[in-house]
Amino acid sequence: MSLLEIKNATLKFGGVVAVNDLSFSVEEGEVYAIVGPNGAGKSTVFNLISRFYEPFAGEFTFDGQNLLECKPDEVADLGIARTFQNIELFEHATVLQNLLVGRHRHRKSTLIEELFFAPRVRAEEHRHREAVEEVIDFLDLQPYRNKMIAGLPYGVRKVVELGRALASGPRLLLLDEPASGLSVEETQDMRWWIDDIRKQMGITVLMVEHDMGLVSGVSDRVLALADGAKLAEGTPAEVQSNPAVIEAYLGAGAV
Amino acid sequence: MRIHFKTTYEQDIRLFPDLWTACVYGALILLAFALPYLINEFYIGEVTNVLIWAIAGLGLMLLTGQTGQASLGHAAFLAIGCYTNTILIEQGLPFIIAFPLAGVITGVVGAIIAIPALRLHGIYLAIATIALSILADDIIVLLEPWTGGVSGKFPEMITIFGFEIERWTMPTRFYYLVLIVTIVCTLFYRNLLRSPLGRAFAAVRDSEVSATAMGVHIARTKATAFGLSCMITGWAGALMGYYAGTFNNETFSIVISITLLMMIVIGGLGSIHGAFFGAVVVAFLPQGLSILKDGLIGGGVAIPGLETGVFGMILILFILFEPMGIYGRWLKIRIWFELFPFARKDMFRRQKSYLKTERLR
Amino acid sequence: MEVLQLLVSGLANGCVYGLIALGFVLIYKATEAVNFAQGDFMMLGAFVTLGLTNAEYMDLPFWIAAPLAISIMAVLGYLLDFFILRHLFGQSQTAVVILTIALGFVLRFVAGLIWGHEPQTLESPLALGDVQLGGVVLGMADVAVIVVTFLLTWSLYQFFQRTKLGLAMQAASQNQMAAYFMGIPVRRVQGLIWGLAGATAAVAGILFASKGAIDPNAGLLGIKAFAAAVIGGFGSLPGALAGGLIVGVIEPFAARYLAAGYSQIAPYALLLAVLIFRPHGLFSQVRVKKV
Repeated sequence: MSLLEIKNATLKFGGVVAVNDLSFSVEEGEVYAIVGPNGAGKSTVFNLISRFYEPFAGEFTFDGQNLLECKPDEVADLGIARTFQNIELFEHATVLQNLLVGRHRHRKSTLIEELFFAPRVRAEEHRHREAVEEVIDFLDLQPYRNKMIAGLPYGVRKVVELGRALASGPRLLLLDEPASGLSVEETQDMRWWIDDIRKQMGITVLMVEHDMGLVSGVSDRVLALADGAKLAEGTPAEVQSNPAVIEAYLGAGAV
Repeated sequence: MRIHFKTTYEQDIRLFPDLWTACVYGALILLAFALPYLINEFYIGEVTNVLIWAIAGLGLMLLTGQTGQASLGHAAFLAIGCYTNTILIEQGLPFIIAFPLAGVITGVVGAIIAIPALRLHGIYLAIATIALSILADDIIVLLEPWTGGVSGKFPEMITIFGFEIERWTMPTRFYYLVLIVTIVCTLFYRNLLRSPLGRAFAAVRDSEVSATAMGVHIARTKATAFGLSCMITGWAGALMGYYAGTFNNETFSIVISITLLMMIVIGGLGSIHGAFFGAVVVAFLPQGLSILKDGLIGGGVAIPGLETGVFGMILILFILFEPMGIYGRWLKIRIWFELFPFARKDMFRRQKSYLKTERLR
Repeated sequence: MEVLQLLVSGLANGCVYGLIALGFVLIYKATEAVNFAQGDFMMLGAFVTLGLTNAEYMDLPFWIAAPLAISIMAVLGYLLDFFILRHLFGQSQTAVVILTIALGFVLRFVAGLIWGHEPQTLESPLALGDVQLGGVVLGMADVAVIVVTFLLTWSLYQFFQRTKLGLAMQAASQNQMAAYFMGIPVRRVQGLIWGLAGATAAVAGILFASKGAIDPNAGLLGIKAFAAAVIGGFGSLPGALAGGLIVGVIEPFAARYLAAGYSQIAPYALLLAVLIFRPHGLFSQVRVKKV
C-alpha cells in the first residue's frame, strides 16, 4: 500500500479547472517530484493534500486513512509536514521559536499546567528542545538560532522553513519549490539534505520543483503536470525524454 | 549585550537568563514590598493605581502584543470583571473565592464572545471590539436591576479570612493585595510565553496559514488567547472597582478601552515591561499635567480634554519616532551602554515592508 | 405617512454618515489604512467654516467661506499625510489605526481650545426654510445634504473608475511595490487621497452643521459612520453611501418602535451582526488568494 494515494482528484476555481482528474501515488521512502510549467496546478495539489482546499471530486488516502475527513490543522497530526512556496515563517520570532512551533503537534501539556509551568511542562520543553537541536545540527542553523527571522537572508529562511517542517517529525514531507531563489551552492546543499532526509531519517519526500538538475539528481520518480492533468510519470530520465513533456515545456517542433 | 554561554536547555527555559538578572528583579520585588515603609500613603495609592493599570495592560498585551488581535473594547471586560466580582460577593461568596471566580467568568465570557470574532481580521476586529465596548456601556444601563444602572454600585470592604482590607482607610493592605495579584499575573504571562501555547499565540499573530500546517488550531488558540486576556483584564477591573470606590457604566467607557490600547503601545507592544511603563504614563499623566498647568497658567482654570489631547500627542510622537515604545527606547539605551563604544548605528532598524492588499486573502 | 416621514428624516442623517463613511473608504481604497479620525475631520471642517462665516469670528459670506474651508481641510489632509503618515510608510496597519485614534483626540482638544466647548450653530443659508413634498416635511438643509451626497458619491465613483489618477490610487493600495515600478508616485498619490478625504469631510461638516448645532465632540458620530462603512463593505464607494443610508434610516425607526434603552444600541447591534455573518459587507471586495 502506498503512503499517499490520490485518485481522480478534481478542483475547479470558478471556470478554471486547476486539477483535472489527477491520480498518482507516492511510495514510502521515495522522493517523488512533481514538475510542470507555471499554472499547471502543482501547488494546488499540495494545498489539496494540506486540506486548505476542498476537492470537487477524488479520493485522498494517507497511510490507509481518508484525508478528506481531516481538518487542515489535523493534517500535521497524521504526519504530513510542508513548506510554502512564498515563505510563511513567523517573522517576529527567532529561528528557535519557529522550529519549536513545528513541534506543536507533539504538545502534551494542558492550559492549566502551562499557566503554572508545572514540572511536566518543563520536562516536555526539554524534550522539544532536544528534538529541535537535532534539526539545527542537521541543517547547520547554529549561528542563526537566536536571530529574528525578519533580519535573515532569503536562503537561510528557506532552510528554516525546511527545519520547521522537519521538527514536526513527519512521515511525509511536502516541499514546495525548495530550491527556488537559491544560489547554485545552496541548491547543492538542498540536494544533499533531501537525500539525507530520505536515507537517514526515512522520511518520504514529495516535492514540487522547477530545477531539473535537482529533480534528476535526487528523485526516484517524477510526475509531469500540465493544465492540471498528468502528462507523464516515471523516472527522471523517462519523463525528461517524453515527447509530450518536451512539447509542454518547449513548444511543438522542439527536438 | 551580555554574552550568554549556554550549556543547558534549562538556561533558555528558566525565567531569568542569568544570576545577575534574577538578582535585579528580585531586588525590584523586595523594593515593591518595602515601599509602604519608604513613601507616604498618598503615593502608595498612586502606585496601586499604576499596578492596576499594569494588570489591565498585561491582559490586553497578551491578546494584542502576543496574539496580534487588536482589541479596542477591553473596557467591556474590565466592567464584566468588576460587576461580576461585586455581584458574587453580594450573593455571599467570600472574596477569596469570588475574586478568582470573577476573573474566570470574565475569561469564559471573553472566549465565547471571541467565537464569532474569530474570522475577523485587522480593522474589522478593531471595529467589532469598538462596537462591543459601546454596547457594553448601554447594556450595563439596560440591566439595571443587577448592575445598578447609571447610579452604579459600591463595592464592600474586602475580608480575607477575617483580615480586613479597605481601600481608603488601609491603603497599605490594599496595595499588598494588588501587588500580589500583579506578581501572579506577570508570572502567568511569563509562563505562557515560554510554553508551547505562548509560541502558538505568536504563530497565530504572524502566519495563520503555516500555523495551521504545523497543527495549531487557529480558532481554539484565538479563543484561548481571548479567554486568558479577558480573565486577567477582569481581575484588573474588579480591583479598579475597589480603587475607585464606586463604579457605573461610565467608569468603563470606550475612552478607557482606547486609553488601554494606547497605553500598551506607548509602553512597548509585545513586552511585559511595556504594560508597566505604559501604566506609569497613564496613572501619572493627570498629576503631571495639572502641576504643569498650575505652573504655567495658574490654578483654577479647567481645560477640558487636556489629558486625552496630551495623551494623544504623546502617542503620535511615540509612533512616529519610537514605535517600539518606552521599553524599546530603554532597550536601545541599555544596549548602547553595554556595548559602548561598539554600538552600531542601525542595530534596531526595522525591516521595511511594502503594503500588499489584505483584500486578497 | 409617519413611516415616510421617519424614512426621509433618517435619509438626511444617513447621508451625513455616508459622507463620513465615504472619507473612510477613500483612504482605505488608496492606502488600506483606516482613518479613525475621519469623524473629527468632519467636526474640524464644520468649525473652520463656522470660524470663517459666523459673525463673531471672521464674518465672511457663506459662499466664499465654504469653498475656502473645503480647500483648507484638503490642504490639512495632505499636510497630515506629508508630515505624519509618511513616517508610517511600511509599518503595520495597527500602527496607523492607533495613530489616527490619537489624532482624533488631539483634533478634538485643539478645536475645543480654539472655538470653545459650547455648541454653536453655523450661519448657513442652507438652514433656512422647510420644503413640503406630498405631506412630508423636509428641512432645506436636509434636502441639500441628500442632493450633495449623491452628487459627490457619483463623481468620486467615476473618478476612481475612469480617471488615470483614480486607477493609480487603486493600484497603490493593492500592491505598493508594483505601483512604484509602474511609475506611480505612491507617496504623492497617498497625500492627494488624504487631501480628498479632508475635503469630503469638510463638505460633510458644512452640511451637518447646517442641520443643527455642533460642538467638538460631534466627531464621535464617526463611530456610526464606521458601522456604515462596514455594512457597505470597506472597498466600495456606493457601498459606503448605502451603509450610511441604512444606519441613518434605522435610527429613527428604532427610536420610534423600540423601548428607550434599545434604540441607542440598534446601529451597533446591526454592525456586529453584519461583522459576524457577512464580515466584508454587502458589497464586499475580498477575493480568495492562491497560496
